[in-house]
Amino acid sequence: MNADAIVSISGITRRFGALTAVDHVDLEIRRGELFALLGGSGCGKTTLLRMLAGFETPDEGRILIDGQDMTGVPPYRRPVNMMFQSYALFPHMDVAANVGYGLRRDGMPKAEIGRRVGEALEQVRMADHAARRPAQLSGGQRQRVALARALVKRPKLLLLDEPLAALDRKLREGTRFELVRLQEELGVTFVMVTHDQEEAMSMASRLAVMNRGRIEQIGTPHEVYERPVSRFVAGFIGDANILPAGDGRWLALRPEKIGLFAERPVADRVEQGRIVEIAYEGDRSLHRVALADERVLLVSSANVTRAGNPFRRGQDVWLGWPADAGHELDA
Amino acid sequence: MAGRARFAFTMLAFGYAFLYLPIVLVIVYSFNESRLVTVWAGFSTKWWRALLANEAMLSAAWLSLRIALVSATAAAMIGLAAGYALARAPRFFGRTLFGSLVIAPMVMPEVVMGISMLLLFVGSERLFGGPDRGFLTIAIAHITFSIAFVAVVVQARLADFDRSLEEAAMDLGATPLVVFRTVTLPLILPAVASGWLLAFTLSLDDLILTQFVAGAQSQTLPMRVYSSVRLGVDPQINALATIVVAVAASALILSGWLTRRRA
Amino acid sequence: MRFVIALPYAWLAIFFLLPFALVLTIALGSNDPDSVPPVAFGLSLANFKLLFTDDLYLAAWLSSIRIAATSTLVTLLLGYPMAYAIARAAPRRQPLLLMLVILPFWTSFLIRIYAWMGLLSSNGILNQVLRATGLVETPGTILGTEWAVHLGIVYAYLPFMVLPLYAALEKLDTSLLEAASDLGASPLTAFLTVTLPLSLPGVVAGCLLVFIPSVGEFVIPDLLGGTDTLMIGKVLWDEFFLNGDWPLASAVAICLLVLLVGPIALFQRQQARSAEPR
Repeated sequence: MNADAIVSISGITRRFGALTAVDHVDLEIRRGELFALLGGSGCGKTTLLRMLAGFETPDEGRILIDGQDMTGVPPYRRPVNMMFQSYALFPHMDVAANVGYGLRRDGMPKAEIGRRVGEALEQVRMADHAARRPAQLSGGQRQRVALARALVKRPKLLLLDEPLAALDRKLREGTRFELVRLQEELGVTFVMVTHDQEEAMSMASRLAVMNRGRIEQIGTPHEVYERPVSRFVAGFIGDANILPAGDGRWLALRPEKIGLFAERPVADRVEQGRIVEIAYEGDRSLHRVALADERVLLVSSANVTRAGNPFRRGQDVWLGWPADAGHELDA
Repeated sequence: MAGRARFAFTMLAFGYAFLYLPIVLVIVYSFNESRLVTVWAGFSTKWWRALLANEAMLSAAWLSLRIALVSATAAAMIGLAAGYALARAPRFFGRTLFGSLVIAPMVMPEVVMGISMLLLFVGSERLFGGPDRGFLTIAIAHITFSIAFVAVVVQARLADFDRSLEEAAMDLGATPLVVFRTVTLPLILPAVASGWLLAFTLSLDDLILTQFVAGAQSQTLPMRVYSSVRLGVDPQINALATIVVAVAASALILSGWLTRRRA
Repeated sequence: MRFVIALPYAWLAIFFLLPFALVLTIALGSNDPDSVPPVAFGLSLANFKLLFTDDLYLAAWLSSIRIAATSTLVTLLLGYPMAYAIARAAPRRQPLLLMLVILPFWTSFLIRIYAWMGLLSSNGILNQVLRATGLVETPGTILGTEWAVHLGIVYAYLPFMVLPLYAALEKLDTSLLEAASDLGASPLTAFLTVTLPLSLPGVVAGCLLVFIPSVGEFVIPDLLGGTDTLMIGKVLWDEFFLNGDWPLASAVAICLLVLLVGPIALFQRQQARSAEPR
């Protein structure tokens, strides 16, 4: 195991009857990084997370956490803590008792617990609410308590199960920044599971794209976006045009890499077409352009001025892009 | 829909009248000067006074109360275990049989249970010399049929239970036993308490089963009431009935409040 | 966890299952008034034969099933609209309405039956009302007849019918009825094709909860019925306590058990299904 790696997963497999939820996954997570497991529903990311936490036991393979084999170890003996999607705050305890629960299990003296709980609540800005019950808190407040509860034990690994899923859009953006800030400040390794690729891309230092129990690609957000290894990854993250590159191989071309022109441009690759549809998204416009051979390309352009989009539906246009704009895929 | 609803609500009103008419009459006639339920002869508390002076009735009530306390508590504990096992243990040897054994006493005709338990105690008397038929045998019989009621309530509550709370507790370092003690039990306690109340009430009221397994010396309250009413209407029983209704109403209100208090 | 299963299992095996084995053993024996217990052990089916050939017993079996079945039906006919009304009432009133149905159940069974004794007697309220309204000329006899027994069973077991029915009806998604209406169904059709079928588990549970114990009822036929009201629970009691014939009474118990095994298993399956985690 790489000395830099805090988690080493090798050959992990989990089956539920005839269904293989996680299929021989190998993965290393580095100390101090914010790692995201990204994929659609049923891809196995949640099962993988639960195996890291200890709620599921793998049928095959090993899990090492900080050099120790934790494969069969129950959750209450792992140096790992989890923030649940539903937060799972104990309704019969107040905020302080919730946060202190894990410390009480460790047999820590009461004074010490009080101090640590106070610290943790300060960190998530919930110190004023220590005596409240979960039922009296808003969704965002409950999340912060859940976070404090998971962090107060200073775990080697913090697992987050769809941390932003329950929040509304505005709150989501703010929380995104807060989580990243907190992670950088504490230096704790975060592993989060999400189906939202925008979330994963904007928060993670590295991410793994999963599909049907297997990892399709691991890399930084930039690597995964600009150098996808397969059609699945190219299509899953953002929009992509998948073009045949001859010889049974494929090329991924991002919509923003293609230039839209009223007249024939000077470029490495040039095509002619007609705009079939325009989706106006405020900051950018996404055009569907039909080429002569019936293929449709997605082309996006930033609306840099306030004057509005100069192009219209049904307009004949020219497309141009540099030779290295596309990325050849392995699969 | 309105027509259907009106019919249903009429039936509901009729149903309530049907259910409560006898009870109301009994309560009213407990204050009747005359012995007869058919004639109102003026307000009187004499039957109440007679009831409270009725030694036999009072000692029977005391016995019933003690048996009910013991059997309700034991049934609550065993029923909690049974309900938990049914809700949580996915597969184990003889699970179907277990499920049947837990549920069957709920619907089994009491005469069948009565004769079978009596035979058990007679057999045990011959083999082990005991226990004597009385408090203990009655309590055992009551516990056996009450388990079903507690188990059903507990199982229903656990089916609704948010398992992620237990997972969170384990994640924070609690072993399964500690999880049960600190998270699960506190949250299902209202259901268990409600089951206890139900077992208590059923034990207080039981006649048939008790009649089979009681010895010559022990007379529970229902046994006394039964021997009295076989001979006809007895106004002291009316007074007793009023007390029972009041107690039952309070127990029920308490139980309802408990189950709604989902912490 | 093993202990959690073992404790109730052991208790029920000893105090519920084992006794049935004993009953079977005794049922195979014959009456011996001189020994203690008054049984001469053996392996004879004579008692069982008697139960199925003797006219009196056959009549008792049939009338028990008949009375239980009719009473169950009446209870269903009364209980269904009641449960329906409660399920349709304003959500904050429902707990109270339910409590009012359950309260009689928590009140002493014996006392409630006793209450009817007074009501149904020759000079009882019911007869007084009937005479006052001119519906009958002379006091009719209700107490001591099968009518009274039916009344008693319906009265005693009504809460057992209403509760499971309410549970099933409360779960009904009203948007289903709206969809039916939108697709052209009249309220009656919507009820028959949507509500009724979906409430069937509740109907089954309620009917079983009433039928099974009613077959073996003792107190109601004893206090409200007459000498010609034959119910098997009373027969068992009389054989045991009046005739002192333990083997015969045991045989009655075994037969009753066999008769009810089917319905009990059905009830247990219903319970298991409805208690599944959602």
